Amino acid sequence: MIPARWPREEPLAEKLLHLDRAAGALRDGRIADLPQILRSGDVLVMNDAATMPASLAGRGPDGSPIEARLVAELLDGAFRAVLFGSGDWRTPTENRAPPPLVARGDRLSFGDVSARVENVSPVSARLVDLRFEVERERLWLVLYAHGRPIQYSYAAGQLESWHVQVPYGSRPWAAEMPSAGRPLRWELLLELRRRGVHLATVTHAAGLSSTGDPALDAALPLAERFSMPASTAGAVARAHDRGGRVIAVGTTAVRALEGAARQHGGDLVAFTGETDLVLGPGYRPAIVDGLLTGVHETGSSHYALLRAFAPAELLARATVHSERAGYLTHEFGDSWLLL
Amino acid sequence: MDLEGRGVLITGGSKGLGAALAEELARAGGRVAIVARGESELRRVAARIRAAGHEAYAVPGDVADKRAAHAIAGAAAALVGPIDVLVHAASTLGPVPLRLLLDTECEDLEQVLQTNLVGPFRLTKIVAGSMALRGSGVVVHVSSDAAVAAYPRWGAYSASKAAQDHLNRIWAAELMTTGVHFLSVDPGEMDTEMHAAAMPEADRRTLAPPDRIAARIARVIAGSGRIENGARLVLGDDR
Repeated sequence: MIPARWPREEPLAEKLLHLDRAAGALRDGRIADLPQILRSGDVLVMNDAATMPASLAGRGPDGSPIEARLVAELLDGAFRAVLFGSGDWRTPTENRAPPPLVARGDRLSFGDVSARVENVSPVSARLVDLRFEVERERLWLVLYAHGRPIQYSYAAGQLESWHVQVPYGSRPWAAEMPSAGRPLRWELLLELRRRGVHLATVTHAAGLSSTGDPALDAALPLAERFSMPASTAGAVARAHDRGGRVIAVGTTAVRALEGAARQHGGDLVAFTGETDLVLGPGYRPAIVDGLLTGVHETGSSHYALLRAFAPAELLARATVHSERAGYLTHEFGDSWLLL
Repeated sequence: MDLEGRGVLITGGSKGLGAALAEELARAGGRVAIVARGESELRRVAARIRAAGHEAYAVPGDVADKRAAHAIAGAAAALVGPIDVLVHAASTLGPVPLRLLLDTECEDLEQVLQTNLVGPFRLTKIVAGSMALRGSGVVVHVSSDAAVAAYPRWGAYSASKAAQDHLNRIWAAELMTTGVHFLSVDPGEMDTEMHAAAMPEADRRTLAPPDRIAARIARVIAGSGRIENGARLVLGDDR
């Protein structure tokens, strides 16, 4: 399939493929058609994490050029990061030069700020925990001053901070944009609300979708931090009591909802913590009834997650159809609704 | 709105009304992030609030700079949590002494609009979506009687404030059903550096101290649910 290389002008006109599970049918439409598909009493759960400037160019302990891609801020204020060697997003991640080997205690420099390596992961020597040596009040300023959005080689140009935000972002917890929500213009969200669809949020620290390091990619998604507000837990319970459906916007919202429920005996309660839940074939969702998501390539961890929401046969047909009908992939691409 | 534990973002927070509001809202329990261009002055204000046992952080940045907008909103939310209260107190008069429109450079008008109108629009656009999804939030635009009256020599500033007042009303009309409240407040004449720059000949004894006006704005924010959405309030000083 073809990637969308740049944000498009009219998100509401982007393609939406409805994978109707009950009918086993595929229906072509547009994002603007969502109000005709969703029903009064449904809950739409969005990940309101803003996207951090997570790509930092710097120097390794030996002075050689590196790129650090921040995966997430940890609960103690350090950052998990994946290191790359010289080069930038223009080179496909799998072709990137490896970073210099680093050890615990090494210092990396990013402009005039240094970061100490606090931990090197046994999964890959490129996965490290970094502690920036700057007071907390200045930390985010430094990150925004030096960081750029993480992006991949299919992009048509250098992305800016405003290209990678959902229209309702709040805390900058996401390393990459929770992009399923990107086309949800406020005109559409207010129309959904007028029709009785409840809008709810989670904040989920979406990590990296790909690193180019086979050992690391096999371990994705890593455990991710999330926050489940009481209002969302309540809205989900009310919807299920009254026959409404819970539709997650993006795989990160699914992970937060299902991960939170799993940690509380299947019930959804207000909670802030981490989840290492990995969804895939055979997983029976406890909370989520449907999923609005980007168009994912077969074989990705995102695609595996879809298997929890639709039979393999329907997904395979949807993939063939999307390819023929010119659906675009990746964060600026088209959408699927599994419902 | 009860301010206890709420995320508050105030632009123009290094002096005058913005700094006074930061102290007032932090004292009411808000977790406050203040924005201004001058880093050292801003840090002093934040440190003073912390020394009094409250929570405040300095987020240096220029609201007129498009590239700074996500950095300001993102750093603030990272430090104080989701923003529930956004106060646009940063503003510029343009070149002083104030001058007639015929003597105003186009670039100077543009600069005033960037700081007083486009900057607040950008920040609200970034912050209000999340407020609307959470179903609560207050956005305050600091206005001026110059937004209503046509004083000679105040052209650039007046036009920017009149437009900001109207932006406030449109925000309110569009997001009426979401639980986000928009207000424009005319604080009246205050004894600030900005007032001295505009009217150096004014008798300071006739001007209200900013901390008293800040206390009134804090009460307005606390009671915003009972005020018509999009309202323009004239606070003045009723000593």
